[in-house]
Amino acid sequence: MNCLLCHSSYNPIASWRQLLFLEDVDVLCPRCRGSFALIDGRLCEMCGRPLDEASPSPCADCLRWQEDEQWGGVLVKNRSVYVYNDWMKEVVTLWKFRGDYAIVDAFRRPFVHAFRQSFGREWHIVPIPLSPERLYERGFNQAEALARQLPFPSFPWLARKHSEKQSKKSRRERLETDNPFFLTDCPPLTGKRIVLIDDIYTTGITVRHAARVLREAGAAEVGSLTLVRA
Amino acid sequence: MSVSSPLIASLYGQRIPREQLPFSHADIETALRVGSLHEQSGLIKTPRGWRCVRCGNDERSWFASFPCARCGTNCCYCRKCLMMGRISSCTRLVHVTMSLPSERYAVPLAWNGTLSAAQEEAAMEVKQAVLNRRELLVWAVCGAGKTEILFPAIAAALEEGWRVCLATPRIDVVRELAPRFRQAFPRVPLAVWYGGSEERGQIAPLVLSTTHQLLRAYRVFDVMIIDEVDAFPYSVEPMLEYAVSQARKEQSSLIYLTATPSRAWQLDVQCGKRQAAVIPARYHGHPLPVPSFEWCGNWRKRLERGRLPENVLAWVLRRLEQRKQAFLFVPHIDELEAVTRLLQRVDARIVGVHAEAPARAEYVQAFRDGSVPLLVTTTILERGVTVPNIDVAVLGAEDRIFTESALVQIAGRVGRSAAFPDGDVRFFHHGKTTEMVRAHRHIVRMNETAQKRGLLHR
Repeated sequence: MNCLLCHSSYNPIASWRQLLFLEDVDVLCPRCRGSFALIDGRLCEMCGRPLDEASPSPCADCLRWQEDEQWGGVLVKNRSVYVYNDWMKEVVTLWKFRGDYAIVDAFRRPFVHAFRQSFGREWHIVPIPLSPERLYERGFNQAEALARQLPFPSFPWLARKHSEKQSKKSRRERLETDNPFFLTDCPPLTGKRIVLIDDIYTTGITVRHAARVLREAGAAEVGSLTLVRA
Repeated sequence: MSVSSPLIASLYGQRIPREQLPFSHADIETALRVGSLHEQSGLIKTPRGWRCVRCGNDERSWFASFPCARCGTNCCYCRKCLMMGRISSCTRLVHVTMSLPSERYAVPLAWNGTLSAAQEEAAMEVKQAVLNRRELLVWAVCGAGKTEILFPAIAAALEEGWRVCLATPRIDVVRELAPRFRQAFPRVPLAVWYGGSEERGQIAPLVLSTTHQLLRAYRVFDVMIIDEVDAFPYSVEPMLEYAVSQARKEQSSLIYLTATPSRAWQLDVQCGKRQAAVIPARYHGHPLPVPSFEWCGNWRKRLERGRLPENVLAWVLRRLEQRKQAFLFVPHIDELEAVTRLLQRVDARIVGVHAEAPARAEYVQAFRDGSVPLLVTTTILERGVTVPNIDVAVLGAEDRIFTESALVQIAGRVGRSAAFPDGDVRFFHHGKTTEMVRAHRHIVRMNETAQKRGLLHR
């Protein structure tokens, strides 16, 4: 079998257990798989970033959010699967910007695992949408690709207006810009628990913008599951 | 739609996905209707699966599919040439159908260096091949001065109003050659194509390109020169061979440059199936340093115990003592790290560099500046890096990675400058291989041929 990322050949049967119980084989070679850094150990209870022993939880960033009258409590928690190391940056570029959709297969197992661990079937899955313009440009929505990996249905309850590419703005600018999200035709959200799906959690503004729209429509709790914690 | 239309002028010679065109839908539609622009599918259905029109890939494992937001279906795409923008089954590739003439340049060559006798002979052969639109292999030893022998041929082509492209697998070479070509052809517009360069895709009378970027070009070059045909990735990638075939005009010359043609090509040359201009001597007229073999036992086992073979260590110590700079080649990254660690105990200035090392360029520069006495490296440095007055050793020359051509290239690092035309080339091994013997024979034969043709001054 050839590795999904480096295309070198490798033996995908790593253990007897795998063979006996017919577990899915890994689509990556051990070297590529080993280059990803999973987030584990102590986390910020709010944003899910890895913390060392000495740091308080929630982290300073999250305290700032919580103290904000407008934004405190909009998002209950975020959890992420991977650390944003150099390797992850390369892989995300290839996947999202070069458009190599197939790479999403490599994320399935850890992503589903994180979903079961931190959320679960009572949460409604809503992927963060792209604007129609950006969707056309990329050909696919990476958040939707991730949501499709989960063994539960996802709901297209949000839509997005076209705005500047976020990576070009500062935190302040991003916070102050108008909320790009709005509701589509969706059932009443009153009392629903919703988990947003996205690729990267950086400052948390994107998921909070989206969460706010859902909360204003009556959602009881909104959390987020992202592939990477930057 | 006339030839002078900006759309035609800017797209000529390229074949690119329609969505990448910086023109309005209406303009493109008009050009398509009058036939000056041709549109085709990016992927073609084959009995076995798909073929990518841009890169020629038709291996199933190199295709994947995704729910495409553009066409609303499950769309197939090529993973092989993804770095140039995704080609999927709903992508339309467009190219200009007519041929735009290039300007003629009278006496374009401003280079006034002189060619050695060996270079002169080969230069005339290349020029003839270009004018007759033939294929020719230039088999020139490392340090023969390959670039200069192209100048008369390129000049002749530019006088005819032809477009010339020199493609090489390595980006460093493209960057290095650009100023030399600008100097040699000061009045001729030159475009440099590599990933990230502003000019990539731009058609000029003279184009320097990485083999990858050639995928942009379509039926535009009258003269195609491929540097280091044997080098990774050209020889292993049928994609790049396809790119060359698409980028050149049907009526065009094709010149291959190499110091180490593959076994198959060497045989073709010997039995006259392939035309070749052989340059067996370096420009400075001294013979190539011939490698010597030295058995070093089971060096891997020794490394595991934290020691180097005695004779290898002695060789290194001798260079340090003589203050002669040296390269030590090892087969793989793991061994590179182990060997570097051991040698750093002897001299802390010694460094190890491999292909993925982030500070690679800095270390190589430090070596050039003389602050690093010995550089441990994997085969990535076998080509290109030229430092005067060095010795070279290979540890584990029996490894599969050291093919005839890799070993000839490694030996070719030594004695490059006229001031220091000699040096030591040592292959430490744990069992002689055919490849080692072939490399040795290759170098000896070249020296003999040079001697016979009177190209060595001694």
